[in-house]
Amino acid sequence: MTRAAVEPRVNRLDDYAGLLGAGEIAELRTLAGRLEGRTIQMINSTSVGGGVAEMLARIVPLIEELNLGIRWDVITGGDDFFAVTKAFHNALQGGCFDLPDESFQTFLAYSEQNRTRLRFDADFTIIHDPQPAALVDSRPAGGKPWIWRCHIDLSQPDLKVWKFLAPFIERYNAAIFSSPAFARQLPIPQFLFYPSIDPLSEKNRELEPQVIENVLAEFRIDSRRPILTQVSRFDRWKDPVGLVRAYQHVKRYFDCQLVLAGGGAADDPEGEAVLSEVMEAAGKDPDIHVLSLPPWSALEINALQRASTIIIQKSLREGFGLTVTEGLWKRKPVVASAVGGIPVQIIHKQTGLLCHSVEGAAYQIRFLLSNPAIAQKLGEQGHEHVREHFLITRNVRRYLTLFLHFAGRD
Amino acid sequence: MRASQAFEFVTASYLVQISGRDAGTLVELQQGIESCSDASVFYHTFQSLARHHFLNEGFSNDFAQWVLGSCNRPALAEALASLDLCESVSVAEIRARLLQILDGYCWANPREAAQRTFEKFYFCETVEEQVPLGSAWTLEEFRDRLAELPHASMQFHFLTSRLRLQLRTNDFSHWFQDVLGLQSLARSVNRIDIYTNTLDSARDRIVELVDREMGR
Repeated sequence: MTRAAVEPRVNRLDDYAGLLGAGEIAELRTLAGRLEGRTIQMINSTSVGGGVAEMLARIVPLIEELNLGIRWDVITGGDDFFAVTKAFHNALQGGCFDLPDESFQTFLAYSEQNRTRLRFDADFTIIHDPQPAALVDSRPAGGKPWIWRCHIDLSQPDLKVWKFLAPFIERYNAAIFSSPAFARQLPIPQFLFYPSIDPLSEKNRELEPQVIENVLAEFRIDSRRPILTQVSRFDRWKDPVGLVRAYQHVKRYFDCQLVLAGGGAADDPEGEAVLSEVMEAAGKDPDIHVLSLPPWSALEINALQRASTIIIQKSLREGFGLTVTEGLWKRKPVVASAVGGIPVQIIHKQTGLLCHSVEGAAYQIRFLLSNPAIAQKLGEQGHEHVREHFLITRNVRRYLTLFLHFAGRD
Repeated sequence: MRASQAFEFVTASYLVQISGRDAGTLVELQQGIESCSDASVFYHTFQSLARHHFLNEGFSNDFAQWVLGSCNRPALAEALASLDLCESVSVAEIRARLLQILDGYCWANPREAAQRTFEKFYFCETVEEQVPLGSAWTLEEFRDRLAELPHASMQFHFLTSRLRLQLRTNDFSHWFQDVLGLQSLARSVNRIDIYTNTLDSARDRIVELVDREMGR
């Protein structure tokens, strides 16, 4: 059994009181108090890398601080197992599944190994994503609640993979999805937990103005002229070329700069191709800054977002869109496509502006550059929206409520 | 002065359950509202107002927002948004009023009512878990607890209380009037407009009114 390495506890619950109010933190303690003595087990497929591990590394210590017994376990497997789970992951999100039928046996064999290695004795067991889904075979009949937390979009899965996994999922007590649009018809209750950001993380914490200035200077970005920024991988679904076109419309009216910051080009052939397309679309415009950043650039991304006049997410397809959440948290006006989880975050004309095309994006950007007071108001309201719904403490609360719900049915 | 009956502060924590039902046209929205659970109507109206309390202009409920944002029907959205939840004491009443507005529109505009939207409306519903936060026996104790009251508890006592009490009032006013006999304070608190206040500003206003009552 591999026990996940829980990161050193950097942030304590009380550190969040300044952002949320002492009453909100006290309320979390009250909710947790009703669960005294209960234990929780979280299981996923990796202890480092990826959004789920990052979220668990932050949420587990906070739940621990609420005096609940929480354990985080990670399944193990060989390269053949993870090749299969990666193929499952892509196929469940609408890609093609082209592995042979034996891959299902590989998946089951490693699941069996993990079932014998891991201990399942918690009051509440949360299994994250498809990789460990078959562990449900270890749940005793009529036993304590097991909940499947699905972090991916299951709305259009490859049916062969889904038909294989569905009988496992249907044996859980409930499933959790990040958006109603990502869920499937299942005979078990399905709950909605939005993804969240940590406001005290390197990517989201407040920064000194000098730090921001230094980052702008490092990338030769002019802080005196408007900065339009999209942070995302160089991926066609993020439509970076469409964004360059939108910027070019805006540039006819405003002397502004475009920053496209993201990773995924160095180790991904498609990313490299997309990056070349972006460079070609950008031509020789010195005001387009294409920044291919390494994965450890949280501080730089934070600074770029904070320095921006407008944050943009011109995606053609999106999961939840946490870069939108990050922009809103930084009180920035956001223009984003109405896809995936973005409309949950951007309430049009209230917490940001939605768009559906290159021309629409350009128009909304021009509108905000012409109306800074409206832009500021959208930014403030967007910040409040995130504070209420998309912070890590809200997810702690959702988990506590879920446990209370099942505890009440014991 | 010690009250004959304490005010019991409660917080409500909510889970959102995905119902599996969605709507891609106004007709489907109408059918969905007709057949969805009470918990779903509650989620998309009362809960929606509370979830967006920080938007103190132009937001009313999820149905109106979808009709505006996804269907681009501002007049219908305005009619749905005009539903005053503070005047409603039952989910049945809210559902009937929503249906009356939608029925009228779909009957008069069948083509628009059948038009597919870009983004679907997803019906969800609320699962509520209540947890007691403690009691107040005097106005002073009440005031001190209220000043620190979290949003979920404010929402429970000030907004959704109308459905629980089946009265056009809130838990605070109910206690001021029926237990403490403070009619004027009860009336002033009940006059606070939740549509133009945030939960924080409404709470601060109540603290102010209680302070005034106590001569602070």
